[in-house]
Amino acid sequence: MGSEIHDKFGRPLVAITGCGLVTSLGLGKEANWSGLTQGRSGIRGIARFSTDGLRTAIAGTVDFLRPSPFSAPALAIAMAIAAGEEAVIEADIARVGSFPGPLYLATPPAELEWPQRKSLWDEIGESEAAGYQRLLAAARGRKHEDMASLFQFGSVADHLADRFGTRGLPMSVSTACASGATAIQLGVEAIRRRQANAVLCIGTDSSVQIEALIRFILLSALSTRNETPEKASRPFSKDRDGFVMAEGAGALVLEEYASAKARGARVLGFVRGCGEKADDYHRTRSKPDGTAIIGAIRKALLDAGVEPEEIGYVNAHGTSTPENDKMEYLSLKAVLGDHLARTPVSSNKSMIGHTLSAAGAIEAVFSLMTIRTGKLPPTINYDVPDPEIPLDVVPNAARDAAITTVLSNSFGFGGQNVSLVLSSP
Amino acid sequence: MRGNDHENEVWITGVGLVSSLGEGVEAHARILSGEQPCAACVDETTFAPYPVHPLVPLTLSKQIPKNSDQRQMEGWQRLGVYAAGLALEDAQIKGCADLLDRMDLIVAAGSGERDTAVDCKVLEMSGASDSAPLRASEILPSALRPTLFLAQLSNLLAGNISIVHHVTGSSRTFMGEEMAGLSAIDNAFQRIAAGQSEMCLVGGAVNAEREDLLLAYELGHNLWRHSFERIEQRAQRGGGFVPGSVGAFLVLEQRRHAERRSARAYARVTAVGTDRMRRTNVEANPFACVSNLIDETVAGSTGAVFSGASGVAPVTAAEFAFLDELKRRAQIEYVWPYGNILGHAVEAHFPAGIALAALAQHSGRVSRTLLGECPGRFSSVDRIIVTGVGHERGEGVAVIDGIPTRGANGI
Repeated sequence: MGSEIHDKFGRPLVAITGCGLVTSLGLGKEANWSGLTQGRSGIRGIARFSTDGLRTAIAGTVDFLRPSPFSAPALAIAMAIAAGEEAVIEADIARVGSFPGPLYLATPPAELEWPQRKSLWDEIGESEAAGYQRLLAAARGRKHEDMASLFQFGSVADHLADRFGTRGLPMSVSTACASGATAIQLGVEAIRRRQANAVLCIGTDSSVQIEALIRFILLSALSTRNETPEKASRPFSKDRDGFVMAEGAGALVLEEYASAKARGARVLGFVRGCGEKADDYHRTRSKPDGTAIIGAIRKALLDAGVEPEEIGYVNAHGTSTPENDKMEYLSLKAVLGDHLARTPVSSNKSMIGHTLSAAGAIEAVFSLMTIRTGKLPPTINYDVPDPEIPLDVVPNAARDAAITTVLSNSFGFGGQNVSLVLSSP
Repeated sequence: MRGNDHENEVWITGVGLVSSLGEGVEAHARILSGEQPCAACVDETTFAPYPVHPLVPLTLSKQIPKNSDQRQMEGWQRLGVYAAGLALEDAQIKGCADLLDRMDLIVAAGSGERDTAVDCKVLEMSGASDSAPLRASEILPSALRPTLFLAQLSNLLAGNISIVHHVTGSSRTFMGEEMAGLSAIDNAFQRIAAGQSEMCLVGGAVNAEREDLLLAYELGHNLWRHSFERIEQRAQRGGGFVPGSVGAFLVLEQRRHAERRSARAYARVTAVGTDRMRRTNVEANPFACVSNLIDETVAGSTGAVFSGASGVAPVTAAEFAFLDELKRRAQIEYVWPYGNILGHAVEAHFPAGIALAALAQHSGRVSRTLLGECPGRFSSVDRIIVTGVGHERGEGVAVIDGIPTRGANGI
């Protein structure tokens, strides 16, 4: 069934023709790749708000973009625009404001934040109403258009659809920490069913806000190594103690290979396959036998039509939580078998932290850059190997290696697991 | 996009609907057919000045047997998990491990209930306006239940459906107010029609009886603040929506798959179209996608419109003007804003409208009392067009047809 423009199942091949990045390491692919391959950490003490008395006070914040007035959705939009523009310009597909296809966006849930809630509260006197009635009375008193527009769930997608001129209904997806990979999967499926020739997939996350930080602290999910922020994220190490929240955005332009070729586009690589599988075991933990994660990885290989032995490198989910890293190893072992011993597996999160909704998209871009540059980004802070996780994690320093096919994993709270297979042109 | 492939027709084989009017297929079908008089169930006092359609009392353990599961959720999640269970039961899929393992889950979600008492405590203790985050960081770590986050997180409605009902083929949650419901239905339809999925459990849930939810919509002055009026009557007083507690899930299934397991089907989803117009020019035609799709699918037949209009001005008036024109051209017979009986269910609204259309197709008639006419008159059902028009963003339409009588050739 396979041909130059179809995969072995007869479906249109999905090419990547542009991508873009923003993380705590910087703006753009070049700055990010140089930081990542030098083993630099973007994790630091949180300066955005006071963390006095909180168990965790570090994150991979993006502080060089500062939309005004500041809010989480405003930063999510700013990062997505920066990454999206880099991708669209690289793809050279159209003017930045008239993208010829739909937008698939991974973005965190939106909600009113404390400064806004408090300013609303102060609009009405204490004597006039109490409790939430006071907030409602303030809202009723005058229209708060900006607040209403920004803190709706559809607002980030709406702003981006306007900015990029994408076609049709912009879709906002959330599969927690797998969202970025799901956005790519939505795009791949749309191209395969010939609903679109080109799609813009973006993952963006700006969750380093006071309440989100407290929520993850309460779930005991975060590293508490506040004294040495750059050493806090240590995936696959024996002394790992949780993930580090981080911000960023990743964007990819995907195109039907035939139409990309026809317009003379430069093809950077392919998304060969996507696999997803939901877990029914627990809200934050995966099944002890790993079947859901194993299912996602297997389905991705199957969808890509590649054998486990063809995987040359794994861009791990690798969050640095005791639970994830162990389960990810066991699941990789189950699918790749003996081949795993020959397969380097590294986690970008050791340097950029966990970018949550954006992680799948950001790490897909890093996976592609690994293929294109022949350089494996390291897992830093790997000083105390975990004997239960005997992996080649590309410890502490980047390594040269010619790679053609990469597996990129993303697993989310709520049991939503997605794996992608990317390959060279 | 239309599903052209006969084998990949998209059939509705399960409906799970819970609202202020009752729970399950029967309760809602009786209202559509006029067997039970339909008076909108509205609570005008609890959240005054905002009327809401309150949820009918549920025996949660019928669909969520473990108390430990119930405790891990907030109201909107329980409602959604309950409705999802009803849909699976209705499709005779509940408990069928092999089917559930392959079934794709697609949820339209907002977020869960905040702890409003804790919110107020933080605000009361904050002096200067910039001290609120500081107070929040002092108070929240000890005041919030550690797992409350999971009860609020958008994708955890899907997570809970997987845990309670074991739907695990895949799981996607769409967000964006009404756009969430449009995206969910669109994604399910496109995947099945293209052969990328055999069956999807798709829907959403909204708990309208929440001050934090009311606040989110009142910021933009989207709520109706007077005693209850039908959606058609609200424009003179500025418009607005009356939130409705609704859990609405559908089992959408590829025809071939449904026939193989001899599933009963209510109706067929013939087409789905979605778009997001720039509303700044609402006086122009904001319904290009609706218009195009209706032109494409309704030619030669007269349909009814189950309108998802919210009541919010000016977009509701614009939708009605557009639909009136279709009526004048005899392309449609009547327009029924289904929010009049359910309230506006935001993320769950479009799925709920499709659920009602499926039930109407199945019974073959719709009581004219729903249109404000005298009891005892009925309309036959040919083709039903369900619109979903976001109060602020997003437009969509689904065409729901009957399942043709099975022919002599045995299919």
